Amino acid sequence: MSRVEFMQGNVACAEGALAAGCRFFGGYPITPSTEIAETMARRLPKAGGVFISMEDELASIAAVIGAAWTGARAMTATSGPGFSLMMENIGYAAMTETPCVIVNIQRGGPSTGQPTRAAQGDMLQCRFGSHGDYSTIAITPNSVQEMFDLTVKTFDLADRFRVPTFLMADEIVGHMRERVTIPDAVEVARSSPLAEGALPFEGGDDGVPGFAPFGSGRSVHVTGLTHDERGYPDTTDPEAHDRLVRRLVAKVESARREIADYEVTNLDAETVFVTYGPPSRTVQQVMRDSQDDSIGHLRLRVVWPFPEFALQEFPNAKVFLMPELNMGQMVREVQRHVDQPVISIPKIGGELHTPAELVQALEAHR
Amino acid sequence: MRHEVRFSGYGGQGIILSAVILGRAAALYDGKYAVQTQVYGPEARGGASMGQVVIDDAPILYPEVTEPDIYIIMSQQGFEKYGVQAREEATMLLDSDLVRSRPISRYCEVPATAEAKGTLGREIVANIVMIGALVTATGVVSREAIERAVLDSVPKGTENLNLKALKRGFELGERACNL
Repeated sequence: MSRVEFMQGNVACAEGALAAGCRFFGGYPITPSTEIAETMARRLPKAGGVFISMEDELASIAAVIGAAWTGARAMTATSGPGFSLMMENIGYAAMTETPCVIVNIQRGGPSTGQPTRAAQGDMLQCRFGSHGDYSTIAITPNSVQEMFDLTVKTFDLADRFRVPTFLMADEIVGHMRERVTIPDAVEVARSSPLAEGALPFEGGDDGVPGFAPFGSGRSVHVTGLTHDERGYPDTTDPEAHDRLVRRLVAKVESARREIADYEVTNLDAETVFVTYGPPSRTVQQVMRDSQDDSIGHLRLRVVWPFPEFALQEFPNAKVFLMPELNMGQMVREVQRHVDQPVISIPKIGGELHTPAELVQALEAHR
Repeated sequence: MRHEVRFSGYGGQGIILSAVILGRAAALYDGKYAVQTQVYGPEARGGASMGQVVIDDAPILYPEVTEPDIYIIMSQQGFEKYGVQAREEATMLLDSDLVRSRPISRYCEVPATAEAKGTLGREIVANIVMIGALVTATGVVSREAIERAVLDSVPKGTENLNLKALKRGFELGERACNL
């Protein structure tokens, strides 16, 4: 029997993590993500898990990586300033192919900015924020139900692809309360175990190595240095580096279609909104109010890896409109994949685009 | 029909909790859709606090409140910051002892804090009195739904006090809000 609750988004995220089998949370509370840590602190010990309030965000993500290497499903939750502090070790997680979940309840930045206001200002940071080449997966919920469902999905993808995986939510979905249905059980993949005779950093057909966490009986060397398939440093051979880093990127990018998750409405439309997160709800409102079939909508749930093929689902599109709670971030990705004009509708300051604002933008650009 | 309800008062009155209780009543016990949101900042403690709820029979897409049709105002500062712009067609319930101003909209005066302090003996239930008055004045949720939502939300041992406050609110709403 599933249960129905009237719940805050951040609490639904924590419930999703618990349902997905998360048994380790290392974090440092920060507005507007704090309710996730609070809920995990209350719930994890009773679920046989571990909650550690770390001294800062550098240590938080390090603890999460360590926990993941013991075989635990592990997560942290933060917001802008804490997210910035995590960047170095997020690269370490990418390099060491550590399955872990990082939730960012985005707030206004830069710096400490607007702690209690919403933004989508970290969308490029979650893809490119750590140094070097790598790839990540990022997911954007637009409701409390999705704060539950997509947190589960984040754990699933983190394990399948052995990458740091991001739930890129924001203050709006983090703090709003809505009805949510919590199922009794959810299905979540686990990383494939390291096969007998296989090397711990040898990608199979899909580029994802089998996982042998510490204590599983296999001897594994884990390093952030460029390494060979055994895991041993090999930092000067150009080919070793090329082979490793290309695989780290390709294992995610070549699975774009499999990872993709999006909704399309009115495929024949000439004017197409592209959204992710809460601005999608304003677009949905405008479309319900206008009942105009010439307006289309591509709503992304997975934003990274970017599903450029989704844009081709609108063969008659003459213009793409992209409302974001930033000064224009994901719009760059849309622009580089289509020939049509792509109009950014940026909004900063912490409030969601209103339906009237999007109607106005529609009139100006269709 | 879409209703947008805004609660404001000062930090500590249970303003946000009132919004949560109303949303819960609609979403869990009246078969409607509800989204509860709030505005707060580091300065809100003791200052103006605001919580809001959208209630609709259809799924709620745009989740924010833009033009409330119902206001519950429990402090003068709350009125000045979040109530003064109420349009004429809106309905405002105000705590008559704590709010000096009166809006251009329809309004009714509910002596919730005085009632909570006096008859009920506990000032802390003033917000529940106000919710009771809101339900009879506007019918935005049913009495049964709000009763269950209040019982879900209050600390153990205070159920009777809160139910008494709610019922007193029902009566005050009928009497004071002849809308």
